Parts: sequence; C-alpha cells; structure tokens
Amino acid sequence: MAYAESTSTQNNHILRTVEVQKSFVDPVEVEVLKNINIWVDKGEFVSIMGKSGCGKSTLLYILSTMDTNYKGQLFLADRLLTGLSGNELAVVRNEQIGFVFQFHYLLPEFSVLHNVMMPGLKLGKKSREEVEFDAMKQLRLLGVDDQATKKATQISGGQKQRVAIARALINEPKIIMGDEPTGNLDSRNADIVFDIFKELSSELGTSLLVVTHDADFAKRTDRIIEMADGRVIS
Amino acid sequence: MSNGVLIQIAKTHLLTRKKQSAIASLGVTFGIGTFIVLVSFMTGLNGLLDGLILNRTPHVRIYNEVKPNPVQPIEKSERFKGSVNMIHSIKPKQELSSVRNSLPMMAVLKKNPLIKGVTPQVSARIFYQSGSVLLNGNAIGIDVLEEDRLFNFKQYIVGANPSDLANNENGIVLGIGVAKKLSLNIGDRVQMLSSTGATFRLKIVGFFQSGLADLDKMQSYVNVKMAQRIAGQGNNFITDISVKLYDIEKAKYMSDQIANTYGVNAIDIKTANAQFETGTSIRNIITYAVSITLLIVAGFGIYNILNMVIYEKMNDIAILKATGFSGSDVKKIFIYQAMFIGIVGGLLGLLLGGVMSYAISKAPFETEAIPTVKTFPVNFDPLFYLIGSVFALITTFFAGYLPAKKASKIDPVDIIRGQ
Ligand SMILES: Nc1ncnc2c1ncn2[C@@H]1O[C@H](COP(=O)(O)OP(=O)(O)OP(=O)(O)O)[C@@H](O)[C@H]1O
Ligand SMILES: [Mg+2]
Repeated sequence: MAYAESTSTQNNHILRTVEVQKSFVDPVEVEVLKNINIWVDKGEFVSIMGKSGCGKSTLLYILSTMDTNYKGQLFLADRLLTGLSGNELAVVRNEQIGFVFQFHYLLPEFSVLHNVMMPGLKLGKKSREEVEFDAMKQLRLLGVDDQATKKATQISGGQKQRVAIARALINEPKIIMGDEPTGNLDSRNADIVFDIFKELSSELGTSLLVVTHDADFAKRTDRIIEMADGRVIS
Repeated sequence: MSNGVLIQIAKTHLLTRKKQSAIASLGVTFGIGTFIVLVSFMTGLNGLLDGLILNRTPHVRIYNEVKPNPVQPIEKSERFKGSVNMIHSIKPKQELSSVRNSLPMMAVLKKNPLIKGVTPQVSARIFYQSGSVLLNGNAIGIDVLEEDRLFNFKQYIVGANPSDLANNENGIVLGIGVAKKLSLNIGDRVQMLSSTGATFRLKIVGFFQSGLADLDKMQSYVNVKMAQRIAGQGNNFITDISVKLYDIEKAKYMSDQIANTYGVNAIDIKTANAQFETGTSIRNIITYAVSITLLIVAGFGIYNILNMVIYEKMNDIAILKATGFSGSDVKKIFIYQAMFIGIVGGLLGLLLGGVMSYAISKAPFETEAIPTVKTFPVNFDPLFYLIGSVFALITTFFAGYLPAKKASKIDPVDIIRGQ
C-alpha cells in the first residue's frame, strides 16, 4: 500500500499494476501470475509477448477489470479499481476501456452498425443519432462502412475483426486492450489494424496494450513487455 | 439511463426466435384466458344461485310456531314447587297460527335503519276444485309489489307481471302443476274450497313456477286481503313476516333481537340455508386453484424458454459484459423478455377470456328452476380482468427472475477463455 501511494503521483501512467498475483486452484493451487508490476503511459502503444501458457490472457482479463479474483492492485488513471463493485467496474469498462478479442465477438442478431453503437447506447451520454454518426465514422476509419447494414454474421473474419475494433473505439476510451487482435488476420489486414492502432496512439493519445505472437508487429510498437512463466522478464 | 438499449436487445432476442416466444406467450394466454372464463362463469353461477336462494329468501322470517306452553300451570303452583312434576300428553295451546301483534310490529320494524323492507304473508289451506275432484293446496297472500321489490317475485311467474296480480283483487297466480292437472289457462277461473267451507272463484292472471314440482302442484299466490278472506280471518291475520336487511351479515343479530323483543319465533337466512355458503366457497376455491395451476404451468414454460435462450446466448452475454453492461443490465434484459411474453400473452388471454365468456353468456341454458333465465349466467366483473393482469405479471416476473439472475452471474472471462 505504501508503495502504491508513493508511486501514484509522479507520472502519466494510464494503467498500472502493483504486485498483481493470480492463482488457479485446479485441482491444486497453481500460481499463473507472479508479482506483476507494469504500466502503460498515456498515448503509449505497448505489446505483450511470451510463450503460450505464460499468462498473457489471464493478465489481460485482470487489466480489463473482467476478472476481479486476484491479489495486488490495479489503477486506471490513478484511480484504484481493485475492490470496486461489479456495477462500478462495468461503468469503467464501458467508458474508459476498449477490448478487442482474438475471436471477433459480435452480437449475431444485430447489424454491424448496431454492434458498434451498442456500448455508446449503453453509455447514454449522446443521443442515438450522435452515436450512430460516431459509429459510422469509426466504421469508415476501419474501411468497413459499406458493411454497416449487414448482419454481423454476413461479413468475413477480417471485416468482423475491424468491426470489433470500431466497437472498442466508440466511446473514445482511455486505453484499448487486445488479445491477439490480429491473430486471425492475413498480413495485409494485420497491417491495416496495426496502422489504425498506431494512428490512435499518436493522434488521439489513446493508449494501447496488445498481446501478440507476431514479433514483427511487436517490434513496431513503442515498448514490448516480455513474459515467461507468469512473470514479467523485461 | 440506458434502458432503451436494454429493451431493444430484449426485443431482438424475442423476435429472432418468434416461434418459442409465441409458444411461451400462448401458455400465459391460456392460463389467463381460462382464469377469466372460469371465474366469470363460476361467479355468474354463484350469482344465479344467490338469486335463486338468497335473493328470494327472507333474511329474517318471523312466524308463530304452534307448540305446547313450556310453563305448564302446575309449575306455577306453590304446592308443587321443588318437586318433580310429570305430565303426560301435553297438548299445544289452542291459538291461531298468526303472528301476534303483527301490524304494530311491522310498523316499528319498517322504521329500523338496518331493514330494507318488511312484507307480510298469509298462508291459507285450500282445495282446488274441478267437478268432483279436490286437490290439496295452499294459497299464499302477499303484498305483491313489496314481495317483488324485496324477493324478486317476478322470477317465479310465467305469463304475467307482478302488477297484474296486484291490480286484480280476485286474481290468482296459479301453481303451474295445478294448472296442468286441471287443464287451466290464463284468463280461466279456478274454483277453490276454503277450510271454512266457503267457495272462491278466482281469475288466473299467471302461473307460478318455482322449479320444485311438489311446490308447483300445491302453491298459488293471491293478494293478502284475499288470503285473509279465504282463511276467514280479519286484516291482522298474518302468518309470516319476511324481513330483508341491507346487510345480510346482520341477519343472525336481527333475528335474535326480534325474537327477544317481541316474543315471536324468528329464523335467519344463514341458519335456514347453512349448506349454501359451503357450495359458494368450494366453487371459488376450485376456480382459483385451477387458474393458479394453469398459470404456474405457463410460468414454467417461460422459465424453460428463457433458460434455453440464456444457454444459447452465453457469448452475447459475455460480449455485453465485456463492453460495459453490468450484471443488473443483463438481468433486466431477460426480465424484460419475460415481461414482454407475460404482457402480450396476458393481454391476449384477457381478450380470449372476454370473448369466450361472451360466447358462453350467449349460449342457451334453459332450466325449469329459473324460467326467466334463458342463457348461461356470466359475471363480467372488470375486477377479474385486473386480477388476471396482476396474476400474469407476477407469474412471468418470477418465471423470468430466476433465469435472469443466472444470466447476470455469468462470468465473461469463463466464456471468452472457453473459446
Ligand atoms: N480457468 C483456468 N483454470 C486453471 N488454469 C487455468 C485456467 N485458465 C488458464 N489457466 C492456466 O493459466 C496459464 C496461463 O493461461 P493463459 O491463457 O493466460 O495463457 P496465454 O499466455 O494467454 O497463452 P496463449 O498464448 O496460448 O493464449 C496456463 O497454464 C493455463 O493452463
Ligand atoms: Mg491467450
């Protein structure tokens, strides 16, 4: 606690962890995350790399506030998120965090446009028309605006991934997290996604934290966090 | 704040599986529809039977029972005081079967604020005569218009209005059984022999039909004056006084009070018709038990379908939660779905119930017992429709609540990792 307070003032960290530790009991207790102390600065594009099974996804679920069952502390823009209620965390996720999954997770019964609008409608800060306008803007940015009226099940994998990114952007979050967001894309589409991310961080000041296995992708980011066996090694 | 989007999601979920949603709604429709039909019909029937017995029966009947004097002369004698007196073959006192002091008593009772009306009856034994044939019978003298106002006399007469009898001093409403036996018609005259031996020829203005064959074979109605003449008595000869109260619940109290105050015999309707209440309450219990059972079955239908939807929609729930929808938002989405099903099904059920009740109320239903009733009795009380709506909402809410709660607890990490 003393450590957390002493370090929480002097920087422009958007996201920061203090001694995060996570174990699964299955059937014996296994520690999958050990003493994780990482941070992401405002506008910084950070990638996480590491061998399969080293705990990258597990860490990302904690950072995205979806997993609350961990030890240690998590700060978002100097606000302690650890210990907040489920409803409070939902608000944080809705307003400040965009999440892109490895598998394009869209709501199959809704149109592409509606999928993108959904978190904006939930936030409720703008009128429906404004949200729709923003959503179209994001879709255009990602080059899938021509698919807007189609059902989410009627577009290709790469298009779905870009729609999912558009959705993550709709509320102009402080940070976007992705778990292998380009894992399912061909290199051309992966490049498009990378360029969009780069643009977001440099032009809008959005922070990015992306898990990837793609070394070329990682090399082009601002900083790489290396993980092995539940620890950060560099 | 963002309920609009929740409702929209709920609606989309329902509309993408129209068939299941429709079936779940139909369950509610049948539950509510059946409830409305059952309760309308049953209470209609209760009302009819109430009309049959309760509305036609005096709340308190005052009469004079002919019985031996409980205080025999020997009890009053000083000489035999304290000893055990045995008297055999006690005879009832020689007295008239009329109620004592009936006219002043009626005048006083009419002023009582609890009493809606008081009407006299004069019962006279007679023989109906046709040639040499004599039929045993009973002529009852009534104050026709009061009798109709208080006890629906109209419901027993066929072929005439109460005023036809009231306006004809020499008129008679003849028991329909008697009329059949003697082949008499309205407008004919019937000849009667009184117990004093006098002969009366009265004009038939209508027939009396109670539905009880034995009664219809004996009983006829005339004006009070005529009955007193038949009995050979004066105008204070009154054998029964019928009292109707504003509140039937006060009948017992009133009958006790009258009996004590005037030293007459009085019996209240509850004591006289004790079996009647039981029938009414059993019909009510059956109605509600059947309807609630149907609604619970409908509730299980909703519960089942929502559980299925939630199972299929695990991914969607995970996405919604990951993008900032809270557990309570997810819960609302599914409760809304249940409520949609409940409201649509419930409204259709009210409609179905109303239409079916209407059809039943138009179906022919003829019975000897109630000549004035031609169709099934149905009670269109709006209260039932209100109760039905409340039932529908409550059942669907609970049927939706449990699956919705389960959905709100789904951990998005489990689902995302499971991919
Ligand atoms: N629900 C769970 N119960 C028990 N152990 C788990 C559970 N989820 C993950 N693990 C374990 O935690 C470790 C880290 O898993 P995680 O999914 O974070 O790895 P990863 O670094 O994302 O791997 P990959 O690159 O293959 O996606 C693994 O050893 C895994 O077996
Ligand atoms: Mg992973």
